[in-house]
Amino acid sequence: MAEIDRETLLHVANLARLELREEELERLGAQLNDILAAVSKVSELDLSDVPPTSHPLDVVNVWAEDEPHECLTVEEAFANAPEREGNYFRVPPGSSQ
Amino acid sequence: MIDTLRLTAEEALRLVGDKEISAGELWSAYRAAIDEREGELHCFLHVCDEGEGVPLAVKDVIGTKGIPTTAGSRILERYVPVYDATVVARAKERGLGILGKTNTDEFAMGSSTENSAYGPSHNPWDPSRVPGGSGGGSAAAVSAGLAPWALGSDTGGSIKQPSALCGNVGLRPTYGTVSRYGVVAFASSLDQVGPVARNVRDCALLYSIIAGRDPSDSTTVELPSEIALPTGDRLDGVRVGVPKEFNEHEALEPGVRDAVQRAIELCRELGAEVGDCSLPLALEYGVPCYYLIAPAEASSNLARYDGVRYGYRTQRASDRYEMYTRTRDEGFGDEPKRRILVGTYALSAGYYDAYYGQAQKVRTVLGREHAAAFERFDVLVTPTSPSVAFELGAKTTDPIAMYLCDLLTIPSCMAGLPGLNVPCGLSEGLPVGLQLVGPQFSENTLFRVGHALEQALGFDPVPERLRA
Repeated sequence: MAEIDRETLLHVANLARLELREEELERLGAQLNDILAAVSKVSELDLSDVPPTSHPLDVVNVWAEDEPHECLTVEEAFANAPEREGNYFRVPPGSSQ
Repeated sequence: MIDTLRLTAEEALRLVGDKEISAGELWSAYRAAIDEREGELHCFLHVCDEGEGVPLAVKDVIGTKGIPTTAGSRILERYVPVYDATVVARAKERGLGILGKTNTDEFAMGSSTENSAYGPSHNPWDPSRVPGGSGGGSAAAVSAGLAPWALGSDTGGSIKQPSALCGNVGLRPTYGTVSRYGVVAFASSLDQVGPVARNVRDCALLYSIIAGRDPSDSTTVELPSEIALPTGDRLDGVRVGVPKEFNEHEALEPGVRDAVQRAIELCRELGAEVGDCSLPLALEYGVPCYYLIAPAEASSNLARYDGVRYGYRTQRASDRYEMYTRTRDEGFGDEPKRRILVGTYALSAGYYDAYYGQAQKVRTVLGREHAAAFERFDVLVTPTSPSVAFELGAKTTDPIAMYLCDLLTIPSCMAGLPGLNVPCGLSEGLPVGLQLVGPQFSENTLFRVGHALEQALGFDPVPERLRA
């Protein structure tokens, strides 16, 4: 079974856009390895002939007419915005990362 | 004098409908109960000052227009929805009023409410113990007479397990029968909204109000038959299966095992055909399967909390990348972080097939196992929780011990099956929950069996320490 080392943990945290403090790296890293060891049990089963289940009901292609209907007003859409400028969500500038 | 510990929602609706009492009197009674016991129990994250009709408590992952909805997280601390979830809109259409928002583990991730960013709720039977989770606030509020009934949400046991620990009736409905529109998403192939009540008829009534197809949630379907409020007290013709792995598991406390055995015996006395069956892989592989699929889906669903459009935003960002990563570090608690990391890892390149892909295949196997059991039986009977309510703090440092609280509720959730918790007795003075699981869309059967057992068991859902 794969072990999550510090480098992997930082890589995964970056993918998930989570900054982890030094203390969290240690504590969560150890817990993550325990959790992965427990869930890796699924690999014991030979399921090469079994199809995956992504959804418990056999619902396929739900269609709707393409008609306008009631939706949020602009003011409602911005009601919870942390920062707004005109009709835009204001955010800090981008970075090279 | 309205006794909120005893009044059923059905009776409250009748009293208000017949104008024997006013909605105002009813609300005053619940507000008085909240004033008296909320300080000790901490069931609510928000209590509404006034309202109309019969009150309904709503788990704080369910969006309520104009009423704060935090999902138990700092990242949504000041979030006030601008629309109602479909289940809330339906409750209002039927004349119910929102009494308040109940405490939950952060993003419904937990089995005790101790992962709530706003502090845990306490069990009304013994406040030194947890009410279960994640919907511990809803279950505790109903048991303590702070609300006649409540809405919860269940991904791997978050309705059934707290109902078991608090001694009330909770339904996790068949996947797809209740809309999630306006509900904070955790694991979308598993999440279901459902009712929590003091008896089976109230539970069925609330389910009938919220269930059915919703054009705003394309995973919903029409119910194949109407929900009937159960009336009978016999179980003639009902085939009850007893999965031996669940009922003889070593993790079961003896008091839990014995109370469930007595209820199974009672099924026989009420006329049911009772037989043994086996779900050989469900317990060994259910929890590992769940703790891959649920975190994977959570890592995707929680990507939306980026500090841009709503919710918390860090004050310490010089560029956008820092805004994302620090907002999420400061806004999420440990459990969402653990699940985001596990889920992201399980979905990442090189690991997808071994983890998420394999878990989806295990899910197929669990579904087949249940389907085979339902060829011979109408309903399966097991304990809901391996233990009665445990002490606060007992499992907080060991995530895996906490995950095992849902050992018995998870397998049927993976298969999209409905499950009903019915209290079946006491062990060490604390409630024991019986789990009834049926095929998809078998809610009427679960209500029938649950109601008959409820009549025969005569369980008093009012916590002993609160009885007059």
